[in-house]
Amino acid sequence: MTLELSLNQQPAHARQGSSIGQPLTRRDGFLKVTGAARYAADNHPPGMLYAVLAVSSIARGRVAALDIEAAKAHQGVVEVMTPKNRPALAADPDAKDHPFMFRLDLLQNDQVRYPNQSIAVVIAETLEAATEGAALLSPRYEVLPARVGLDGAESFVPRGVGVGGPAVQHKGDVEAGLKSAKTRIEATYETPAQYHNAMEPHAIVVAWDGDTLSIDTPSQGLAMAQGRIAGLFGIAPENVHIRSPFLGGGFGSKGMISGPQVLGILAARLVGRPVKLVLRREQMYGPVGHRAPTRQTLRMGMDGEGRLTALDHHAKTASSTFDDFFEPAADASHTLYASPAIATSHDAVRLDTGTPLFMRAPGEATGSIALESAIDEAAHACGMDPLEFRLRNYAEVEPMTGKPFSSKALRECYRQAAETFGWASRPLQPRLMRDADGFLTGWGMGTATFPALMFQAEARAVLRADGSGLMETGAQDMGQGAWTAFAQIAADGLGLDIDQVDFRAGSSDLPNAGIAGGSGHTATAGMAIHNAGAAVIARLADLATGNEASPLFGAGNEGVLARGGRLYRRDDESRGESYAEILTRAGLSEIEGHGKGAPDPASQETYAKHAHGAVFAEVKVDPDFGQIRVTRLVGAFAAGRIINPRLVRSQYYGGMIWGVSFALNEEAITDRRSGRIQNANLAEYHVPVNADVPSVEALLVHEDDPHVNALGIKGVGEIGITGTAGAVANAVWHATGVRPRRFPIRIEDLLG
Amino acid sequence: MTSLPITLTINGHKHELEVDPRVTLLDLLRERLDLTGTKKGCDRGQCGACTVLVDGKRINSCLALAVSHDGAQVLTIEGVAHGEELHPVQAAFIAHDGFQCGFCTPGQIMSTLGLIAEGQAGDDPERIREGLSGNICRCAAYGGIVEAVLEAQQQLVKADRRTAA
Repeated sequence: MTLELSLNQQPAHARQGSSIGQPLTRRDGFLKVTGAARYAADNHPPGMLYAVLAVSSIARGRVAALDIEAAKAHQGVVEVMTPKNRPALAADPDAKDHPFMFRLDLLQNDQVRYPNQSIAVVIAETLEAATEGAALLSPRYEVLPARVGLDGAESFVPRGVGVGGPAVQHKGDVEAGLKSAKTRIEATYETPAQYHNAMEPHAIVVAWDGDTLSIDTPSQGLAMAQGRIAGLFGIAPENVHIRSPFLGGGFGSKGMISGPQVLGILAARLVGRPVKLVLRREQMYGPVGHRAPTRQTLRMGMDGEGRLTALDHHAKTASSTFDDFFEPAADASHTLYASPAIATSHDAVRLDTGTPLFMRAPGEATGSIALESAIDEAAHACGMDPLEFRLRNYAEVEPMTGKPFSSKALRECYRQAAETFGWASRPLQPRLMRDADGFLTGWGMGTATFPALMFQAEARAVLRADGSGLMETGAQDMGQGAWTAFAQIAADGLGLDIDQVDFRAGSSDLPNAGIAGGSGHTATAGMAIHNAGAAVIARLADLATGNEASPLFGAGNEGVLARGGRLYRRDDESRGESYAEILTRAGLSEIEGHGKGAPDPASQETYAKHAHGAVFAEVKVDPDFGQIRVTRLVGAFAAGRIINPRLVRSQYYGGMIWGVSFALNEEAITDRRSGRIQNANLAEYHVPVNADVPSVEALLVHEDDPHVNALGIKGVGEIGITGTAGAVANAVWHATGVRPRRFPIRIEDLLG
Repeated sequence: MTSLPITLTINGHKHELEVDPRVTLLDLLRERLDLTGTKKGCDRGQCGACTVLVDGKRINSCLALAVSHDGAQVLTIEGVAHGEELHPVQAAFIAHDGFQCGFCTPGQIMSTLGLIAEGQAGDDPERIREGLSGNICRCAAYGGIVEAVLEAQQQLVKADRRTAA
């Protein structure tokens, strides 16, 4: 395989045949299929004790009594941590210095503000003793009535939604647009609270050594976690070493360090020994975030040709009583469909739940299922095919801002996915298709979109005199394939074969790789890696071109190519020498370079940057029992440069199945009387199992984007949910003639 | 708690153990024997991450008390490969990208080995999907898992034919 890096930074030219774009299998695959990949809870430092949380079984009130004596009397129990003896913190866990700092429950008092909140920690010699000790605490409570449901409290307009965006936005006159419309629709959709439920429960193994901390814990943002822990304990961030080489899934729930993880650190402080604390599955339904419920009302007006004259999207959501995260569901209407008038607005209530947080496609997922359902209703009201209707309202510029798109291959996504699916033969009216077994069959579609975000990241590159390379960045792999994709970018950045490059990641003592979230990790840390590689190659080229003994003498950096561990003259490729020769002659054992990844402010100002896609779904519904099966999904996505098509397809499949799950499976059910979650387990909180999963196809649509970043990367982790959830809902309508207005879609809604 | 003596043969190695009767087979493997490849996802038999083979049959090791399996033969994910040489099921999981985060993977692979041993995998994807539905993959790598099982099954059948010939 030829590897080439051009120092004049023209990636499209330089990267042909490089590691980037190759469908490599996962480099961590061997470790993962042999059980050798070490996740946080697999660690066991000498002298380690087990900590188990006791959590509240009420939603609101205070802990009146705990039988600490009974717990302590149990053989093997070493200590019980409660608000009375919890070690002091340097910062108030209820302080909030910035929007990304979330309030934590760290036994600061006896108040209970949501179900499954930590109320004590039992530390013991064995897991069994700690578990039994926690049960023996037998808490008694003073209970206050729980505030439950979107109508359970007074609503208000939040100051910001999502990461601080305006709660209310508009362009044009929506009311006038509706008034002038020939056809109008209005519909309200409800989406439930959902829980991330990564397979790996949040876990921490922690050892104190004086004022330094050694931690194994899954983190989607190592530097942020390091900073948060350092702040809470009043120690320097560099004294906090976190290892997170593998996350057993994150989906947003491991973006911020959670209360229980910090309680593990406090427990270790209290007993002066290393401690392991792992959440039980039911304990993940509270302190580690969730997707908030929404109730969304969409109003649309269309002219005689089916063009939107107005689009109004209102979302009501919920946060906790003590912190702010507001699901920005209505913002989904900012980017997809052209309309002279668009208004989006949010209001919210405060409920006795844990604080909702980012969950895979926060805002986009909830907003998309409502928007795509409403678009389908609008198409039907106009008597148009849903694809034709979407093309009629295709946004040539970003509807809300008027900015041009940095790239947008959505038309091609529609075309390829529709053709592969066979959409053209779809009857316009519902309830007209049956399969050989008599099942009602329906076809639906949805448009997928997700912003191409970038954050901040750094990387360090090293070339060694033996000709090998090293790339370091504290990147996080939660299954998206960072170990592989970043090694590919590193190999190209260093002009080396991938097997010649050591790639180090997943540890807080490496350069800050930013967060693995917002579908921005590959673009952000990828650019840091790319730039670090370019920096170290430039140093190498300086050494060669400035030395009379080198065949590259006088060529200048611009006149040099890096490829396969050698530098060549661009104008005469017969003249070149190996990295090893250059470094050996210079008497250097290694040289290094640093790089950063960040959004370009100028292009940020000029362009709207989004990935796009189109998803088509087939469902079959039992006409007698209403049981729904998704039988076929075809998605086509355009997301800029694809680093590794094998891994990207897996991300799309996963996202699309999350979309099916949104439409048909997932819902946390809260008991209206007690405020407790009734189905806080993996049997009753439904997620798809293998038998639920249809034939899924994901098409990768070529897209060159010269504006998002030098590598042309957008992001693929979240977009698959969007579009898919709506496509399934629309297919259910097409099969049955019943329009789903609350999710997940229930059998009884179809039979009603 | 009074400990009870038991003997387990795990991945071919005999272990004489004194075990608290509350200890599950899963926690015994993970917390006492450093066999951490077997994962705990729910601890109540709902996710399958802890699947191991006991006397050749797949079970959720979180629902099994260690003392109730005195004398058993246990195979965990650590005992599946021969050194650097992967079992065909393991190799197929890599080739077909049958995992993402990898946390459910040991359970998926052990469940696959159990399914194949039951003679239930065959070449029908629908039966494989059904037979592996006790193993949740939240990353939803299900398509790759089914492809991997189909391929591994074919390779094992071929290998059997070669051995028979």
